[in-house]
Amino acid sequence: MKVRINPELCQGHGRCYDLAPELFGADEEGYGQVLGDGLVSPDQEQTARLAAANCPERAIDVEET
Amino acid sequence: MTVDDRFVMPEPTDEEPEGIRSEIITGPVSDWATDFSHLEPEWAADPYPIQDDLRQRCPIAHTDRFGGGWLPTTYSDVAAIAYDTERFSSRSIIMGNFRPPRDIAPIGGSPPISSDPPFHQHARKLLLGAFTKTAISRQEPATRAFCHELIDKFEGRDVVDAATEYAQHIPMRVIADMLGFPPEDGPQFRDFVEDLLEGINLPPEDRITRMERLFSYLLDQVHDHLESPRDDITSYLIGAEIFGQKLTAEHVTGAMALLLIAGIDTTWSAIGSSLWHLARNPADRQRLQAEPGLLPVAMEEFLRAYAPVTMARLVKEDMSWHGVDMKADDWILLSFPAANRDPAQFDRAGQVVIDRQVNRHAAFGLGIHRCLGSHLARMELRVALQVWLERIGQFSLAEPANPAAVRWSAGQIRGPRALPLKIK
Repeated sequence: MKVRINPELCQGHGRCYDLAPELFGADEEGYGQVLGDGLVSPDQEQTARLAAANCPERAIDVEET
Repeated sequence: MTVDDRFVMPEPTDEEPEGIRSEIITGPVSDWATDFSHLEPEWAADPYPIQDDLRQRCPIAHTDRFGGGWLPTTYSDVAAIAYDTERFSSRSIIMGNFRPPRDIAPIGGSPPISSDPPFHQHARKLLLGAFTKTAISRQEPATRAFCHELIDKFEGRDVVDAATEYAQHIPMRVIADMLGFPPEDGPQFRDFVEDLLEGINLPPEDRITRMERLFSYLLDQVHDHLESPRDDITSYLIGAEIFGQKLTAEHVTGAMALLLIAGIDTTWSAIGSSLWHLARNPADRQRLQAEPGLLPVAMEEFLRAYAPVTMARLVKEDMSWHGVDMKADDWILLSFPAANRDPAQFDRAGQVVIDRQVNRHAAFGLGIHRCLGSHLARMELRVALQVWLERIGQFSLAEPANPAAVRWSAGQIRGPRALPLKIK
């Protein structure tokens, strides 16, 4: 699984880095950023889906690889 | 003394501000679908059944009050308007009887909330850094200590007002610290909030006098900061630049007004509504006391179900939109609370489910105007509820048989303004 944030849609609500701090962080203006290469280990998949499902702007793509 | 000729006190003038005034219409609403008013007591007391009814039968209600306006009630309509800055302007975000002149756009009176693209992003960028989750986390220890101080004062009492003796003070103290205003000025802030957000149907002369009172206070604070600059948002705004130029005095004081007003009654309302819910639902209270780790999830549900903030927009041009004929300068009352209770968007939309895991609510708005202070609000709400639940084992409404004992604010920010609770 791989996660991506669409920077055109992200408005910095921060739900992703609240819910899945191991996968997402914030830039200096508070916009969400994927940590590392965005590859999600099997034990983090649930959290990744939860973060995506809680993004008010639907800015997170979860791609099953 | 530092000379900065941007900030001279304006000469008093008798000139009326430019813009459009509409007739003030108050009194009972005949039909919420055609005559709605968010300032009437019925709406303040319980807007949700009204919104649910309108969502089923309209779903976009209309009013001739305030010179004409619309109230969309579905999540999808609210989201579409929030995202559509081409057709809907933010040049005024408080629906009332005065529309500022069109040429105030794209900056507006209190940037960035009142700004439209392309200016908006520049005004917003100036402030984002001060309101990130990381920046806000630095305020958390002082906020927690202050919440404890407030509860220490309850010692020996059976009944306290959770709105005026607790919820209200927390955001006031924090934003005063961030702006660098004297903490003892808190009571004045409360007046400013009421003047701006609840005095919508007052005569225009009164509105102007009250606005001048706020801006004269803010200019005093600017002068104090010019004399002794310090590490706070006021000094930062005085020195900040857009396009290589210092901000205008109106931009500086407008942004200060925004941070002060928007930072206070909104979070005050969120804390109060959450405590109101817990006072009436002992099972939820007990569960959160037994499982403190659930609070961040429960808090999002309180924000969804009792979203305190409704915004407004102005229609830019005549148009037919989602089946209604909108006219230029019609208001849109952009109800995030109504969106948050749309059953098409949320399962069990009318229920408060404190362990709701998927909660894509719009309490902080959607699109480019996402609440700048959302990380601050979330920190304050979490800490305020944590400390309250730790310190106060049991609490319930002081007068359960008398709904009028709890008083809710009218207007676009909704929360309890009197909340007497029995505590143990």
